[in-house]
Amino acid sequence: MVTKFDIENLNIWFKEVRALKDVSLKIQANEILSVIGPSNSGKTTFIRMLNRMNELQYNFRMNGKVELDGFDVRKIDLEPLRKRVGMVFALPLPLPLSIFDNVVYGARMHGINNKNKLKEIVERSLKQAYIWDEVKDRLGVSAYKLSGGQQQRLCIARTLAVGPEVILYDEPCSGLDPISTAKVEETMLKLKEKYTIVLVTNNVKQAARVGDRTAFFLNGELVELDKTDQIFTAPRDKRTDGYIRGKFG
Amino acid sequence: MHNSQRTQKIAFLFLFLATLLIVVPVGLIVVIIIQKGLPAINWQFLTDIPRQGMRAGGIFPAIVGTMYLVAGAIVFALPIGLLAAIYLSEYSKDNFLNRLIKLAIVNLAGVPSVVYGLFGLALFVIFLKFGASILSGSLTLGIMILPIIITASREALESVPDSFREVSLSLGASKWQTIRHIVLPNAVPGILTGTILGLGRAAGETAPILFTVAAFYLPRLPHSIFDQAMALPYHLYVISTQVPNVDEKIRYGTALVLLVLVLFMNLVAIIIRYKFRKKKKW
Ligand SMILES: Nc1ncnc2c1ncn2[C@@H]1O[C@H](COP(=O)(O)OP(=O)(O)O)[C@@H](O)[C@H]1O
Ligand SMILES: [Mg+2]
Repeated sequence: MVTKFDIENLNIWFKEVRALKDVSLKIQANEILSVIGPSNSGKTTFIRMLNRMNELQYNFRMNGKVELDGFDVRKIDLEPLRKRVGMVFALPLPLPLSIFDNVVYGARMHGINNKNKLKEIVERSLKQAYIWDEVKDRLGVSAYKLSGGQQQRLCIARTLAVGPEVILYDEPCSGLDPISTAKVEETMLKLKEKYTIVLVTNNVKQAARVGDRTAFFLNGELVELDKTDQIFTAPRDKRTDGYIRGKFG
Repeated sequence: MHNSQRTQKIAFLFLFLATLLIVVPVGLIVVIIIQKGLPAINWQFLTDIPRQGMRAGGIFPAIVGTMYLVAGAIVFALPIGLLAAIYLSEYSKDNFLNRLIKLAIVNLAGVPSVVYGLFGLALFVIFLKFGASILSGSLTLGIMILPIIITASREALESVPDSFREVSLSLGASKWQTIRHIVLPNAVPGILTGTILGLGRAAGETAPILFTVAAFYLPRLPHSIFDQAMALPYHLYVISTQVPNVDEKIRYGTALVLLVLVLFMNLVAIIIRYKFRKKKKW
């Protein structure tokens, strides 16, 4: 097993609010790590550390170790880091562009301008996100013409088009209907052959369905991290048990 | 119940009257200017130079002068204003100093235009030795409309949702790429609107050009940007107060041309805003 991210004693503050407390964990290559926990438990803060999006907040402070393939993420330039570590947001957030231009936005920003190459990227990424058949005849129309579920798969395709190694999902299905959710989950399961996936979800059942391992966060602390089966059948911590039962029951 | 309905009716009545109080005089002014000025408007009036000490002929040099001044003001104010707005909205931190700067800029828009005129006289005409010229006048008008352009552009930039910026950055785009490809294109309508409103202001003001460019009587077109020029608002002032026995028709005709010019620019701004609002995709 190859370690992708190595996090040790990570602490994060926003001004005086302590969002993460002494979090240590390793993320393995080609696994799906589910992250669950009640709101405000630090899940978003945790994954936004991995591509350094937290730094957009001016009152952000941190200490501890976060390494990607053995390198401190803070020593990697932002653009190459985010190229390697992509992110899908909670709500579908298409850019106000056509479907085609949405998908190739990142590639263009990284200097790819060859028409054929871009077309190839669009087709490959949309196929990977299982939305190619639904949009292949109208790549030029505004991305806002798509349904919410389609928009979210478009956003996944857009993240894939950059060629990342890790994909971070922050509650990607929170605004989606069950059928769209199933499609998004299906893409995740396929993608894990090639990518490392971190899935933050407020849906415990989803964590159980797709996660290889599951991490439970509470009040900024990592309470428990284990194989998903283990977490859902015999959690070691009472609080994990309580949360899962509460959510299921 | 009954009582509160009556209060509401009275309140509506007052609001309606207040609106009427504003709309009626403005409407009257427009109607009177059109009524008295329209008979003067013909091809000769628009394309001829003033003759017989401005008591006859046309106002062509003043129209052209105003066009030059407005164009000059925009060439100067739009790039600088836009860059300042980008800095303020995208780069500057939200601290006391920057809040003060933003507040100062908003307040600059309210400074009386004659103050800009004096400033232009001191800086461009005298200190930089540009003399009374189109250059000095344009720069003065440019400085006057800078706050309008900065404030409108800043608001346009800030109205672009942060989520777009986050998406762009998360895909590995740099901050400048994000501004260039996502923020600016979506702020264009607001920036254009502010710019055109600024233009309308620049076209209509007399005080800033009084000491910096305006020629009392120059019945020819300017030769270069170092030349003086006539301009519509100043010409109107001159023929209304400085030259005796100017036909009322000519005065109101000049006012009408100026009014139409300014209203036209505002109309363009409104149309642009409307078009983009309909197209707005988020
Ligand atoms: N930009 C911010 N400024 C201040 N506090 C923040 C900011 N972002 C997050 N927090 C705080 O950090 C804690 C963790 O938030 P978050 O990571 O969003 O939790 P979750 O994703 O689990 O709901 C919360 O208490 C939240 O209020
Ligand atoms: Mg969250």
